[in-house]
Amino acid sequence: MSTTVEKPASPAAVRPNEPSTLKKAGAWARRAPLLPALIFMIVVTQLPFVGTLIISFMNWNAYYPDERGFAGFDNFVRVLTDVNTRDAIITTIILTASVVLVSLFLGVVIALLLDRAFLGRGIVRTMMITPFLIVPVAAALLWKHALFNPEYGLLNGVLTGLFGENAPQPDWLTNAPLLSVIIALVWQWTPFMMLIILAGLQSKPLDVIEAAQIDGCSNWQIFRHMTFPHLRQYLELGGLLGSIYIVQNFDAVFTITSGSLGTANLPYTIYQTFFQAQDYGRASAAGVVVVIGTIIIATFALRSVSSLFKQEGSR
Amino acid sequence: MTATADAPPTVTAPAETAPAPRRRRRTNAAIGLVAWIVGLIFVAPVIWMLLTSFHSEPDAATNPPSVFAPLTVEGYANFFGADGGATPWPPLLNSLTASIVSTAFVLVLAVPAAYALSIRPVEKWRDVLFFFLSTKMLPVVAALLPVYLIAQGLGVLDNIWLLIVVYTSMNLPIAVWMMRSFLAEVPGEVLEAAALDGCSLTRSLRTIVIPMVLPGIAATALICFIFSWNELLFARVLTGTVAQTAPVFLIGFVTSQGLFLAKVCAAAVVVSLPVLIAGFAAQDKLVQGLSLGAIK
Repeated sequence: MSTTVEKPASPAAVRPNEPSTLKKAGAWARRAPLLPALIFMIVVTQLPFVGTLIISFMNWNAYYPDERGFAGFDNFVRVLTDVNTRDAIITTIILTASVVLVSLFLGVVIALLLDRAFLGRGIVRTMMITPFLIVPVAAALLWKHALFNPEYGLLNGVLTGLFGENAPQPDWLTNAPLLSVIIALVWQWTPFMMLIILAGLQSKPLDVIEAAQIDGCSNWQIFRHMTFPHLRQYLELGGLLGSIYIVQNFDAVFTITSGSLGTANLPYTIYQTFFQAQDYGRASAAGVVVVIGTIIIATFALRSVSSLFKQEGSR
Repeated sequence: MTATADAPPTVTAPAETAPAPRRRRRTNAAIGLVAWIVGLIFVAPVIWMLLTSFHSEPDAATNPPSVFAPLTVEGYANFFGADGGATPWPPLLNSLTASIVSTAFVLVLAVPAAYALSIRPVEKWRDVLFFFLSTKMLPVVAALLPVYLIAQGLGVLDNIWLLIVVYTSMNLPIAVWMMRSFLAEVPGEVLEAAALDGCSLTRSLRTIVIPMVLPGIAATALICFIFSWNELLFARVLTGTVAQTAPVFLIGFVTSQGLFLAKVCAAAVVVSLPVLIAGFAAQDKLVQGLSLGAIK
């Protein structure tokens, strides 16, 4: 925990007092190792975004190349008044919020279990990480065909095994498509949350907790007043990083339900508008809407991350 | 409290602490049991995938599941083209190329950048750092169309080098943040002392900094590899038949009707294997990487 983020603590303190001409050269010598990465990032990530912004104001459908032109806010009006987009926005919010909250909750519970010493803790930890290390497309295929399948999927197979011939055999993907996607994603993301919370638990100040135990505090009191406040920033970090990744989820929606039956989230809808309908202007406008939404989330995320850094630095 | 104690409960005050360790041991055993059950539930789909991949197609698709059916490598053989389907080798090699080359590019760009943001920081290094992070927060879909159009204009669609550039930009911010947090752990005093002893910059880099952060570089590389290997959206839009990667191939080959469950599971196992190996190798540093270095 010896992050040297605090400015005075950083090795920058050894900055020598060179004469001004040398100083200028020194500043450029400092910048030199940074520039290739910085320039690469600006060119590869910022320019395309400017492109998206420009196209979002254009009337541009690849099927009608002659009608290309300036469209003003038309695309945005179409995106925001379109029922499909509105549904996609709602789906995205439901999908992201439920996956993040459920996996965060499970992550906390499992991390609390794994924080105790018991036989085979390392093995259980490894087992818990495994879902996160399955390629997302492979995991989605696994859930779709080997687990959710109504005829020979493992879920219904287990139901038959438990309740015999008359066991309920739900058609998961047809009856509860969004729930199915959520279950598959929670399975993949709980390990991520657990790892973050576990790191938080293992960095808690043990001496203070020991003192509280000696003073006769109950386990619940210790959790409520000491562990939980300490965990808060880790919860925020897990929640916000999880949101940023899951808002963008494409693999699971694309593979498990192909966006049908009300599971089309924004990334999938934009992909459809662009890839199938070839409506570039409208796809770009939807992209800009997503960016604005993400910026709102990211503003909190950045604040949370930097608060964690500041606190770690000052410790 | 006395209710759970095995030993005859003692009434005297000093002895009251005695049953506590035993009670704690017992609750720990109970917690261990619950943890094992939860862990097994989470790993069960993976084990099922592994088991099904070694079953014959008729055995893979039964209800109730035939757990103890005879094992066979048919599924793997079929995945690798024994059933006359497309061979997965070109997509697997494409994925390997894109992941390894982009990871190499990322390291070449990120390590010096992280150095300029930690050990000898530029002015406003904090702003630069957050600029890198903010690019990671821009949704991928927003950049998809212009990248596609530019690639189309340059005639590099369905070219593995296009994916390499895209994956480099995708992973560079993660690598910069990770490497910065590793480099920040190198104590400044050691470098100062080396400089006072007349150690040149390149020499102190080579003999002090690089050896100290080598595990960090390895972890960063593994995590960048995983992200590139997993990527689907860009690969799906920007590649066709030539530069197709393993995830795109996976989606494409599940169109056939009939029994294919063992083959799908075998495919999922093969494609996930590199990620599982890389992930377990980087296990200790996995959190640090996924949280962009915010957590040690």
